[in-house]
Amino acid sequence: MKELLLIAVGSAIVNNVVLSQFLGICPFLGVSKKTETAAGMGGAVVFVITISSFVTAVIYKYVLANEFLRSKGIDLTYLQTIVFILVIAALVQFVEMFLKKNMPPLYESLGVYLPLITTNCAVLGVALTNVTKEYNILESVVNGFATATGFLIAIVIMAGLREKIEYNDIPKPFQGTAIVLVTACLMSIAFMGFSGMI
Amino acid sequence: MKTNIERLMNGLIKENPTFVLMLGMCPTLAVTSSAINGLGMGLSTTVVLVFSNLLISAFRKVIPNGVRMPAFIVIVASLVTMVQFIMNAYTPSLSDSLGVYIPLIVVNCIILGRAESYASKNPVVPSIFDGIGMGLGFTVGLTSIGLLREILGAGQVFGMQVLPLADKANGVAGFTPITIFVMAPGAFLVLACLVAVMNIVRAKMDAKGKPLAEPSGCLSGDCAHCGQSAMCTGRSAEAAAEAVTAKAEKAKAEESAGKTE
Repeated sequence: MKELLLIAVGSAIVNNVVLSQFLGICPFLGVSKKTETAAGMGGAVVFVITISSFVTAVIYKYVLANEFLRSKGIDLTYLQTIVFILVIAALVQFVEMFLKKNMPPLYESLGVYLPLITTNCAVLGVALTNVTKEYNILESVVNGFATATGFLIAIVIMAGLREKIEYNDIPKPFQGTAIVLVTACLMSIAFMGFSGMI
Repeated sequence: MKTNIERLMNGLIKENPTFVLMLGMCPTLAVTSSAINGLGMGLSTTVVLVFSNLLISAFRKVIPNGVRMPAFIVIVASLVTMVQFIMNAYTPSLSDSLGVYIPLIVVNCIILGRAESYASKNPVVPSIFDGIGMGLGFTVGLTSIGLLREILGAGQVFGMQVLPLADKANGVAGFTPITIFVMAPGAFLVLACLVAVMNIVRAKMDAKGKPLAEPSGCLSGDCAHCGQSAMCTGRSAEAAAEAVTAKAEKAKAEESAGKTE
């Protein structure tokens, strides 16, 4: 239990996926103009990363690193990148179809963001990190959920700040993306303060 | 031959992926803490880009249009896996410091972007040169950002101490490293300044009547020109997000209208 908590806090806050690992920068900069849409995007990312880290962990354990195949001298782990990206792409499409058919209210709120997440590097990044750190299936799911929560926290804070920045007097060259990056820099400094926690 | 050289220069200068198109920002931020990391990342991306352009261009008439994205991804992912193992074997320390960002070359938007917008429509040789040009342009971008961050953050160039460090205890005057530049926040700060400088350059070139190519990556929130847009239905992130907010606002307005009645 203690290890799971450590993984969760570590992934969500200390090693924040956007601010210290630089994964998922695109939606972080692209969909952070309004707090509501940022929260929607964050919710969709939490949903997809949690499911995908479960599925990829199961596939890794029972197919790629299968004990039986290993005892026969066949090691398929080198296929992880190829398998993971295809699984994630297929999974997102499948989740979208499933939600559309069976859970219309959830689809209404998350649906439009789902296709944007397919090639989000954070999803593949989490799946690969789970393998490198040798997490078991439960730890992978916790790590996935916590990492995505870290993304949700970062993007909602960023959207809140951007709504305020709108009214500021910014030097012309820094208008637009540049000032958003400066804000991200300051947020990143703030999140560095958590680094002594673990 | 003329097209080949034009392709090469196009990638290096006119449509430089880092400075002009602002593509592939995740690796740009993540691996530029030193010049050698930037160079390693740039070169490995170049190798993947050249071979993926070659293969995709060679197979462009065989791959059915409906499944082209999955096919491209399989090709790119296989190449990335190969590069990953080669780096693991021959440059273990570089491979360690780049870590998870090597397999993440798969989702680098430059590679699928070139596949979609150039290699899948053009013959093999120009596609190879397009890959070399774009790859080297990316390498130059990453290495120069890495150099800047390394000099400011550690006073080093490619790991060699060029600025003598200050030693307060012995009263030796010298350079005090601005450590923040080699840490995570420094990446955002350097990129912010780069975007600002490019905004100035862009305005000057516009005034001269020679406008630069528009930035076309995630950084500009422009999904329409992204190579992966076919995978994510091609709607821009912003347009999709706005549609949701508009809907929510409409629902809210209807609700309040209902209340007043």
